[in-house]
Amino acid sequence: MSLRARINLIVFQTLVFSLLLALFGRLFYLQVLESDKYQDAAISIQSRDVVTPAIRGAITDINGTPMVIDLPGLVVSIDRVVIDKQEDKGVTVLSRVANLFSLQYSDVYQRTRLCGELPKDNRAGCWNGTRYQPIPLVGGASQDTALEVMENSDFYPGVEVSSVPIRSYPSLVGENVAHVLGYVGQVTDEDLKNPEVNYYRNEVVGKSGLEIEYNQFLRGVPGVRTFLVNRKEVVTKEDKNIQAIAGNHLITNIDARLQSGVEKALEAAVKRARASGYRGDSGAAVVLEIKTGRVLAMASYPTYDPSIWQKGLTVKQAEDLFSESKGVPALSRPLQGLFAPASTFKSVSVVAAAAAGYPLNASYNCPATVEIGNRTFKNFDSIAAGRIPLDLGLAISCDSLWYQISYDEWVRDGGLKPKSTANDYFFNAAKSFGVGQLTGIDLPSELKGRLPNRQWKQNWYEQNKDFYCNYKQRAKKADLSVYLIEIARENCIDGNKVRAGDAVNFSIGQGDTLVTPLRLAQMYAAIANNGTYYKPQVARAIVDVDGKVIKEFKPEVADNIKIQQSTWDFLHKSLRMVVTRGTAAGVFSGFPVAVSGKTGTAQVFGKNPNGSAKDDTSWFASYGPTNDPQYAVVMMVSQGGFGASTSGLGVRDIYATLFGVNANKVDLEKAIFPTGVPSTIAKVDLKQVAKKVDFTGVKVGGMKLK
Amino acid sequence: MSSNLKYRSATRSSFGKFDLLLIVAVTGLLAIGTLLVYAGTREWFRSAGLDPEYYLKRHIINILIGSLLAYGTTLIDYRLLRAYTPVIWGAAVIGLILVLIPGVGLEVNSAQAWIALPGGFQLQPAELAKIAIIIGIAMILADRDRADKDPTTSDVLMALALAAVPILLIVAQPDLGTVLIISAAVVAMIGASGAQARWVVGLLLLGAVGVVTAIQTGAVSEYQVARLESFVDPSADPQATGYQLRQSRITIGSGGLFGKGLFDGPQTNGRFVPEQQTDFIFTVAGEEIGFLGCSVILLLYLLIFIRAFSICRRSSDLFGRLVCIGVIAWFAFQTFENIGMTMGLMPMTGVPLPFLSYGGSSMFANLIGVGLLLNVHARSR
Repeated sequence: MSLRARINLIVFQTLVFSLLLALFGRLFYLQVLESDKYQDAAISIQSRDVVTPAIRGAITDINGTPMVIDLPGLVVSIDRVVIDKQEDKGVTVLSRVANLFSLQYSDVYQRTRLCGELPKDNRAGCWNGTRYQPIPLVGGASQDTALEVMENSDFYPGVEVSSVPIRSYPSLVGENVAHVLGYVGQVTDEDLKNPEVNYYRNEVVGKSGLEIEYNQFLRGVPGVRTFLVNRKEVVTKEDKNIQAIAGNHLITNIDARLQSGVEKALEAAVKRARASGYRGDSGAAVVLEIKTGRVLAMASYPTYDPSIWQKGLTVKQAEDLFSESKGVPALSRPLQGLFAPASTFKSVSVVAAAAAGYPLNASYNCPATVEIGNRTFKNFDSIAAGRIPLDLGLAISCDSLWYQISYDEWVRDGGLKPKSTANDYFFNAAKSFGVGQLTGIDLPSELKGRLPNRQWKQNWYEQNKDFYCNYKQRAKKADLSVYLIEIARENCIDGNKVRAGDAVNFSIGQGDTLVTPLRLAQMYAAIANNGTYYKPQVARAIVDVDGKVIKEFKPEVADNIKIQQSTWDFLHKSLRMVVTRGTAAGVFSGFPVAVSGKTGTAQVFGKNPNGSAKDDTSWFASYGPTNDPQYAVVMMVSQGGFGASTSGLGVRDIYATLFGVNANKVDLEKAIFPTGVPSTIAKVDLKQVAKKVDFTGVKVGGMKLK
Repeated sequence: MSSNLKYRSATRSSFGKFDLLLIVAVTGLLAIGTLLVYAGTREWFRSAGLDPEYYLKRHIINILIGSLLAYGTTLIDYRLLRAYTPVIWGAAVIGLILVLIPGVGLEVNSAQAWIALPGGFQLQPAELAKIAIIIGIAMILADRDRADKDPTTSDVLMALALAAVPILLIVAQPDLGTVLIISAAVVAMIGASGAQARWVVGLLLLGAVGVVTAIQTGAVSEYQVARLESFVDPSADPQATGYQLRQSRITIGSGGLFGKGLFDGPQTNGRFVPEQQTDFIFTVAGEEIGFLGCSVILLLYLLIFIRAFSICRRSSDLFGRLVCIGVIAWFAFQTFENIGMTMGLMPMTGVPLPFLSYGGSSMFANLIGVGLLLNVHARSR
């Protein structure tokens, strides 16, 4: 062998052994270093989970009466494994199903496709699960149609009728509670990405209201059967079978009877407003327990049937929920409706005036108009009441006396050149009542409201300066009137300043101030409770299916307004006077239980879609009984006209329900809480539902009924 | 090796002419391969209602035939093989031409590489071509006036011409994997013959340029390009080639240190990796016998190469040495190509794994290759 041949041989030999070494290294990497990763990948390739949703916990009222409960419902579903084997891939069967249930074939087709089977831009309604799960098509099918399918299974091969838990709303005392309860829906991809909860594809989860707020308790744990499949997706064996665990029940502070009464009173108030010629587009009502912050009732108008989500929302229903012309029924107005509080805000102004040193037991001038700068501010209805005591001024809701006080304070704080040490009595009083902050209620999507103080003004200016300073270019042609151009000019020059008009409007709850009905209820609860107010709480307790208390929600003090007791006493006296001698005297005449409150009639700027000017917001904020305040009750009707005649009467109806008042007589038998709100946690009583719905032998929430 | 010296002049029928360690290693791989072929097909055939031992039986028959062929190969003095070289080469070329004729050749996985024989058997002439080229080149490069003189340019050119005919025919199938393996063997043999280094370097460069041009000009079918692309970017073609490569890697990786146990691999039994009794047999090993089992397989290959190099060094003449080098290069590159592919080190090419994969032609060729090694060994110094 030549030397060269010898060297070549050694090189070649080294190469061959290096190749083997490379293979060995790669093998070590795959099977030792990265093995866990590949094990996981292999499991997801081989196994298929079939998920049985857990029975979701019930949500009951304060007495344990179910307001929403999982009940067995008839669900018509499609078995893809069967229909795919049919000669026409199920076209005939699916069109029969579409016919039977009056559905569009294209919808049925779309909803029975796995999402991966459809093009990316056309996946609406597609099935999120696997081929091996029955794909639900119709929830809550009628007995007749279900029987039609079951008795003619030859005609409907691959179509199954089964009984699955469906969120049901027994409405045992006629309550609706749609906005508070919220609703459930299929998990989304985002839910699935949540690292904290291991959701499964075909689960339902809370989407709004209490259903989402307490989802973790209500959900339970789904049962999972894991099958091993081969490449052709044929099941080769069952690997695991984990039984579902039913969710816990949520007991709320809502009293279904009161809730039902509040809903009826609110609806009646809206209809009353409409009968008086107002637009009356929507409304809200809240009942809080003053000494705990418990939400005993909370209603929003217009409302909707909460079961529509479960029955399979049609496109029309979905549009209606958010339609302006239908009043946006999806909106939960007690915590999402933002309105100027108008005269109900004067209680806050009293606190401000007291802090500023104005004697409360003195008399003030209540003229028809007050000139401030170059503008004339009118009293309500331009009535001159002369010089009157402050409490009467509050009772008859005089505006002009507040114009003078707030203007004087504005001047003292430096006017358009505010002092760095400005007292800002009015802003600070509002702030202490939580205006512009969340109440912290245990419901999602609460809105804050707005406190238009100096800071807010500055922020607003910075955001809108460009628009107002270039108004002629930026505004719509229709908005180029001389008056609006002048306003724009003013806003451009000193829009960041609290002007005299802003200060004056603020003192009577007009202008830029916005509160939710819930916030106002909390404010009046604070007044009744001498300054201590609570976080509004809907949940009372979480109990498991055996009735064991898992978690109790105790009252939480949100804040404590520290002012002189004499100011509270003055407010209590004045707010009673509103009902006895003032603006609400008429609507409460003859009412056997003493209550206190304040009317509010807020001017609203802006126009309705039809071009008409917006009607006033009708408010009534109250508490009762006057001598030992237990409940704060607030009603608001948007575009409802006067505070007293629309909302005041509505609140009277609510007190009637609370105290069992019938024909101006108290009937303790009919009172909701004759001995106060129960201090013990009620037992969940699902059997009440059994009386109404027949589900013999069906297990609900781990409890066998009948 | 004293034992070799001792039996150097022994009779041909004596057992000592065989390299025992080489035989042990090959037998070990054949045994493991038999179990893996069975494990890779048993569940599949059973669930289809077919004979679960179908592949097992045929595999054993292939091994038996192959062993007879190997034994036969050892009987003829390899120096006499030179006489048969033109015949073997001619047969291989005719076979390679036949597969390209539609109706005669069978197309499997987009490559026209098989000739259908009566009785459901198939023959892959490319496997025969490997042997023909190795012996042919060895003959040309060794058949010189003075054995101690390095090959001349014309020797090398003749060798290349001899290899080029079957290689081009295989390119036409197209079976790029086999082309690469044969080319590797050709380069290795030219290098080992003592030809000047520029030949080796030049051929390697030519090979690289050839592959690139083939892809650029579209001379290589789209199918081959797809396989190559999915090697570079496995997400490029998730359902076909990329899918196979990813499944293959997952299957091997999921075996872990000890494996899921023979016959108990869920990936294997679910047939998530296609072709797992042939080209992807290593995935069965990876999943079912794990890192330890696969290490044993690699060690057995290592043992084969150690013995083969030893035989090579002790060969009594250049011809024997070149045959050994050719066989080693063939086995080594094919093993690397195949296992590397299953683990994502190499692009996907349809070559079986020597001694383990199911498949008659390759099994016969591999065992004839072993026969050649044993033949050289028996007549070594």
